[in-house]
Amino acid sequence: MDILPILATFRRHRITALLIVLEIALTCAIVCNAVFLISQRVHRVDMPSGVAEHELVQVQVVDIGDRPDAKARGEEDLAALRAIPGVKSVARINQLPFTDSSWNNNIFLSATQKQPTLDATLYFGINVLQTLGTRLTEGRDFNPDEYAEYRDVLRDPKLTPPVVIITRALAQKLWPGESALGQTIYFDPQTPMQVIGVVADLIRPSLSGGDDAAQWTTVVPLRFSGGGSYALRTDPGQRQRVIKAAVTALKALDPKRIIRQQRTLDDARAEFFQADRAMAGMLLGVILAVLLVTGLGIVGLASFWVAQRRRTIGIRRALGATRGDILRYFQTENFLIVTFGILLGMVLAYGLSLWLMAHYEMPRLPVAYLPIGAIVLWLIGQAAVLGPAMRAAAVPPVVATRSV
Amino acid sequence: MFAYYLDLALHSLKRNKILTALMVVAIAVGIGASMTTFTVLHVLSGDPLPGKSGKLYYPQIDPQDARGMMPGTLPPEQVTLIDGMNLLRAKRADRQALMFGGAVPIRPDSSALDPFYVEARYTSADFFAMFDAPFLYGHGWTGADDEARARDVVITRKLDDKLFNGADSVGHTMQIGGNTFRIVGVLDDWRPNPHFYDLNTGSYNYFEQVFLPLQTALELHFEHNGSNDCWGNGTGGAGGIYPSASCVWLQFWVELDNPAKAAAYQQFLVHYSEEQKALGRFQRAPNVRLDNLMQWLDYNGVVPSDVRLQAWLAFGFLLVCMLNTVGLMLAKFLRRSGELSVRRALGASRRALFAQLLTESGVIGIAGGAGGLLLALLGLWMVRHRPSDYAALAHLDPAMLLVTFALALGASLLAGMLPAWRACNVAPALQLKSN
Repeated sequence: MDILPILATFRRHRITALLIVLEIALTCAIVCNAVFLISQRVHRVDMPSGVAEHELVQVQVVDIGDRPDAKARGEEDLAALRAIPGVKSVARINQLPFTDSSWNNNIFLSATQKQPTLDATLYFGINVLQTLGTRLTEGRDFNPDEYAEYRDVLRDPKLTPPVVIITRALAQKLWPGESALGQTIYFDPQTPMQVIGVVADLIRPSLSGGDDAAQWTTVVPLRFSGGGSYALRTDPGQRQRVIKAAVTALKALDPKRIIRQQRTLDDARAEFFQADRAMAGMLLGVILAVLLVTGLGIVGLASFWVAQRRRTIGIRRALGATRGDILRYFQTENFLIVTFGILLGMVLAYGLSLWLMAHYEMPRLPVAYLPIGAIVLWLIGQAAVLGPAMRAAAVPPVVATRSV
Repeated sequence: MFAYYLDLALHSLKRNKILTALMVVAIAVGIGASMTTFTVLHVLSGDPLPGKSGKLYYPQIDPQDARGMMPGTLPPEQVTLIDGMNLLRAKRADRQALMFGGAVPIRPDSSALDPFYVEARYTSADFFAMFDAPFLYGHGWTGADDEARARDVVITRKLDDKLFNGADSVGHTMQIGGNTFRIVGVLDDWRPNPHFYDLNTGSYNYFEQVFLPLQTALELHFEHNGSNDCWGNGTGGAGGIYPSASCVWLQFWVELDNPAKAAAYQQFLVHYSEEQKALGRFQRAPNVRLDNLMQWLDYNGVVPSDVRLQAWLAFGFLLVCMLNTVGLMLAKFLRRSGELSVRRALGASRRALFAQLLTESGVIGIAGGAGGLLLALLGLWMVRHRPSDYAALAHLDPAMLLVTFALALGASLLAGMLPAWRACNVAPALQLKSN
């Protein structure tokens, strides 16, 4: 196929061709970046939590006013919850994944260090790891005699238990390439804490430190009464029943208390990432709309060009060009235009990506996304031009002999 | 003349229905998407207290210890309890209020209602006058009540409806966290958006239903919700319940009627910092800021970045739609070179042809704008049904309605400009001859 005559026609329709090239370029830039944004959101929504999400339910209960007998009542609650049929494990935990706030602590690596190395989230309570289903990859869980009372530690930080369990991600961040077991961290300079165990994952509840710090987590052996949430582990099919039974049991112990939260962890995750899913949906909508508009634009313009060139087409047909030649002519023309658009579009896409990096803390657009945009646009261009090109191919040679 | 152009435009548009529809749809979709996102952006970056916001200021001072100090660091975004009380009692501004947020359990008298939690704000007497909070019944408490730790409470209309069926409840008592409080005022609907005076609780659609004196709440150990930043060993706060003296966790606002007073107040903050340093409480050189309300919102980047990103995306989309329309119009107008040449040859001026073609693109713009408006309404309806905290705020206001049409008309006229100019520059003789 000779492309020189096609390039010659571009010169005659300079502005129109330029406009469509620009449109395709802009579409390419938007689509590449939007697809990348979607992939980021989808990835975020699937972020691992390190807990047995399908088996866990959370019930948060609040007693009105300060209660001196909080500790005894806590034991009563736990006994009642353990007695529910189908409940495998119960824990009172200071925080659970997928909420809007989290307990965070500054971490120092030495007693004399001035600036904290980072801040990590803090889980505590009895039975935390077994109930959450968080997997230890190295070391051991806490021994019963290692637990301290949270209230005492608040009064005197020196009573902080000298042991801590951390996540793999935090271990790698603090001591890259080394084993974390036996290392020491400090919440405050007076109390060294030795790492005795490493868990695979355990997500920070609120992700307040950003997604990179999502797995910077510590677990310490502290007991507490009052506050926090009950986490109940059960079979996935039993969860709704267990929630109802737990609320009933807790209310039976004191009808005046308030149930502040009752949900499965699956629901908690779905709710937590709703905004990301909505954003991904919106981006998908924009991609489809922009492709549709561009596709229709190509259809409109190609139809117009075909109508304008009916006579020329007739002459070519009269001079011996086959229908296939005409069809291929318009297809090639479209291919060239789209290709110019894509070339410009890649530059634009890259520029847009740099701008997004500067303003929205986005990572750089991976090069692999550029060919995706290119292929999509080529396909859309060919699909859009097919109708008008077929109409062009159907122009009979006799048109050449008629005047307009 | 305009009527004639309009007639011509409608004729020409009817002759090529598909192309016309394509152009209208492209404009409508572009405008619809842009207006949806711009409206959300517009609503979210609005002024929560129009007319008053310029007089409200958020003082920041730096009480942190010398450890980890770096030059150029910004002061903390909240105040400690000690500094807050000092500044409150200094009364150096026209009005001032210290506050923090939380939630309190309420036990209704009627046994038909279960106990429930509501969001609460613990603050000082000037709060209501400073922020123009409208009272339905009664009034706020006084500065003397603050110091006396009075069991006074101001509730919202919503809570009044729930507990007292909307009757004037001033003078009645209610049970908050196991304590008896006297209702002194009922606020009418008051929903400043964003929730500017405390951004830690979520910026949008967060409304307290109970307001009570700060010192009363501290005495009764009412629950604190919000953020606290500590330094040193941040332990040992009041009763083991609240953050310690080396933590910032309260918000302090002042009202200053003119810029001169604001400058003087900033000077006061510097003096206060120096004085505290001399006393040994502060270790750093005075590091103060005094933003007014809108500057403070801006400083905190209140508008979610997703919303801004969506607005840019929609704008890019509108650009694609416009390019599309320019291309189609160019094709269409150039195709009518013959007709235009005849009109030129018959004596129509270039300007007349230009006006005629722009009328045609204007008609497309109006149609596109109408379609865009419908799409924007649909888009906003979809936004309202999204789970974000600002969802309920997404409504088209008259200003944005006008902007929609102005944008649609402007976009289509702009899109028609180049094609029209090209089309009426066709040399009539040449065009007529070739036909």
